Amino acid sequence: MTPLPTHVIGGYLGAGKTTLVNHLLRQAGGERIAVLVNDFGSVNIDADLILGQSGEVLALAGGCVCCSFGADLVGTLAGLQQRQPPPQRVLIETSGVGLPAAVARTARLAPGLQLEGTVVVADAVRVRQQVADPYMGDTVRQQLADADLLLLNKADAVAPEALSALRECLATLAPRAACIACVQGQVPPTVVYGRLGDTESEDASFERHWQAVPWARGAAPAAADAFVSHTWQLPAGVDLNALVQRLSASHTGLLRAKGWVQDAAGQRWLVQSVGTRTELSAAPAQARPTAPCGRLVLIGLRGVFEPQAW
Amino acid sequence: MTNTTTIYRARRIITMNPSRPSATHVAVREGRVLGVGSLDELAGWGPHQLDERFADLVLMPGLIEGHSHLMAGTLWHYRYCGYFDLRDPDGRNWPGAPTLDAVVAALSQTEQGSAAKAGPPPVVGWGFDPIYFGAQRCSRHDLDRVSATRAVGVLHASGHILNVNSAALQLAGLLRSGISHPGIPLGDDGLPTGELKGPDAMGPLFEHLGLTRSFLSGDEFGIRAFGKLAVRAGVTTATDLAATLTEGDVATLQRITGEADYPVRLVPLLRLIGITPTEAVTRAVQLRERNTDQLRLGRIKVVADGSIQGFSARMRWPGYYNGAPNGLWYTAPETIRECYSLALQQGVQVHTHTNGDQATELALDCLEGALRQHPAPDHRFVLQHCQLADAAQFRRMRALGMHVNLFANHHFYWGDQHRATTVGPERAERMNACRTAITSGVAFSIHSDAPITPLGPLFTAWCAVNRLTASGHVLGAEECIPVADALRAITLGAAQTLHLDGEIGSIECGKRADFCVLHDDPTTADPTALKDLRIWGTVQGGRVFPA
Repeated sequence: MTPLPTHVIGGYLGAGKTTLVNHLLRQAGGERIAVLVNDFGSVNIDADLILGQSGEVLALAGGCVCCSFGADLVGTLAGLQQRQPPPQRVLIETSGVGLPAAVARTARLAPGLQLEGTVVVADAVRVRQQVADPYMGDTVRQQLADADLLLLNKADAVAPEALSALRECLATLAPRAACIACVQGQVPPTVVYGRLGDTESEDASFERHWQAVPWARGAAPAAADAFVSHTWQLPAGVDLNALVQRLSASHTGLLRAKGWVQDAAGQRWLVQSVGTRTELSAAPAQARPTAPCGRLVLIGLRGVFEPQAW
Repeated sequence: MTNTTTIYRARRIITMNPSRPSATHVAVREGRVLGVGSLDELAGWGPHQLDERFADLVLMPGLIEGHSHLMAGTLWHYRYCGYFDLRDPDGRNWPGAPTLDAVVAALSQTEQGSAAKAGPPPVVGWGFDPIYFGAQRCSRHDLDRVSATRAVGVLHASGHILNVNSAALQLAGLLRSGISHPGIPLGDDGLPTGELKGPDAMGPLFEHLGLTRSFLSGDEFGIRAFGKLAVRAGVTTATDLAATLTEGDVATLQRITGEADYPVRLVPLLRLIGITPTEAVTRAVQLRERNTDQLRLGRIKVVADGSIQGFSARMRWPGYYNGAPNGLWYTAPETIRECYSLALQQGVQVHTHTNGDQATELALDCLEGALRQHPAPDHRFVLQHCQLADAAQFRRMRALGMHVNLFANHHFYWGDQHRATTVGPERAERMNACRTAITSGVAFSIHSDAPITPLGPLFTAWCAVNRLTASGHVLGAEECIPVADALRAITLGAAQTLHLDGEIGSIECGKRADFCVLHDDPTTADPTALKDLRIWGTVQGGRVFPA
């Protein structure tokens, strides 16, 4: 059975976690997403997405669901996989004071999941003040440090100079994370999830998609980052150490990499990179790859990421 | 209730009313105290029956447990595995298990007793406290001796750790290598040892042990068992301090507490979890409409941080004595502030769990801010546990009109650990600072947090008077309080924290006829014997309940 891709979405109260979740639900594109929230009290799924509620489960448009997990994240995750039809992706939204890495560790106790990265949302206006708060500072700093992807939300509400100073500050606080400035959590889902390319025209389609979304056509403020996708060809015999090193390097503008490669011994590996963290999982001998081998789909920050260098 | 008058004669009546501190007779009519004094004085009320059954006994106001949980009753579904002897709701003594082998033997006995039932039901124990077993730790192999096929689990007394056997781990899908979780220690074989620390690690096992939501919130069995425990402890009013209070829960509570022989007044608090502050306050206001004499709703509980012995309490500088990282916030400051503001506007009382001194500071800050916006006379907000507050924080409580309910039982059960590991000798000596509460003028109570420690206000009073740890060390002699103050804390003091001191907490004209009936007189007994005083039973709302 293919592991269920699972993402942890963290960040302090008011940063925009639920806004991001609503956005990802709207952009689900037919994928059945299960959203897990600590409790319904803290979450506001957009009313027009909600079809109905039965017990602890909200039925959402497009076959998506939202469940509260309360004190039993592992049991809720296990229960999700029994649903018919089962979800194809899980988003775990932590509470505003939750520590994303701790939630991810607990989620790993549930069978059948593949944790694919921790997204932390930060409020560009308030995060500096929050990290210095005598009560909450250490909690917010820990949340940031847990991030693989850091979404600097409400970027339009701060001046450009302040935004770049903030990015520098956050590079220290979230050393593993790739930082993305955005407004209203509006980033392409593939940036959050990563993508396995299955056809040659993936890059072109990403470009078309990117151009087609409203926030990319001038509707979004200049403060928000834009993205570029690139397919990196890697012939068999890949040097895994060198690959991991390159994918994990900072300052390349690379946000996400995903795909299958083959090493010199003929073993196939699933490569997943987010921020500065790269994971390799060996494909079982009989397993058929879910996408062509020898290619990684890279998603980078437009203007920083240089496709021709890969 | 008839309007006949019964006058009880007692060896002594301790009233807790300073203007008439003791008497020999109390008259009861319509479940309330008609008067306290001599027979002559009370005869002035007219025709009466003289009841001599307490003639050789001592009456004091019914004891009030300001911080307990109905789960203290529910747990008696399962096998007691604690180190100390404990009486069950029916008065049967369950001897303490002094060794790990004794715990395994106790669980095996339960296993054999229930094996005939259909299916393989899990075997569950509680109250386990291996800190008394030295370095020996319980592993899944020990519990495999209870059963190789049925899930076996035993909850620690603290409520923060669970030990299970291999079958339980297997059912939860955790009997595998490659697990990496701080709450799941691994053995030399790379597999979990069976010890699960913290709610995240314990959570996956609960379902397989049959421990569902009713286990936490109190089912019908649990509510009845709790009532019996209360009578045995001399308790006539008790809180269920963190309830979800669904419509179903409220209906069950109303039905059972409304029965003619249910012996304790319950005060369940609605926990702020899974709902917004607006929803909580609205619900609390609605619940007030459902109040009866025996069921008092409409208060809110907020949990700010975790526990000290679990290193999840929020500490101010310099943090934990052993260098452990600071604890966790369970509720965001913004949420606490919002809840306080809304509650002050609606006159809803809020009790806030703060264990570490930083959590206490936050609650004080939040209330100060909320009070500036919404001044509220006599709001009676209460800090619960508040174990590490220093003198300055007590002065702030006084200034802000807060009350406090201190966890005196901690000195005995975890005092040695607090001294050696969690907070160190200096701060351990100021934990649950009853003397400072008195000198600061903060109205206070003391509590058991049953089932975390056993329900028994006289034991709790003994803890506050003597401050002895389990190893016999006096932890902070300067914070010891006199017996009279401790007795006030478990009666009127607790009533004040519940805003019920006009109705209960003392024996005087007009108040509920709630008495704790004793063989021994706590005011003349040796202060070190307070915990061993013999309780005959209670009178609650004028009804007599022998233990």
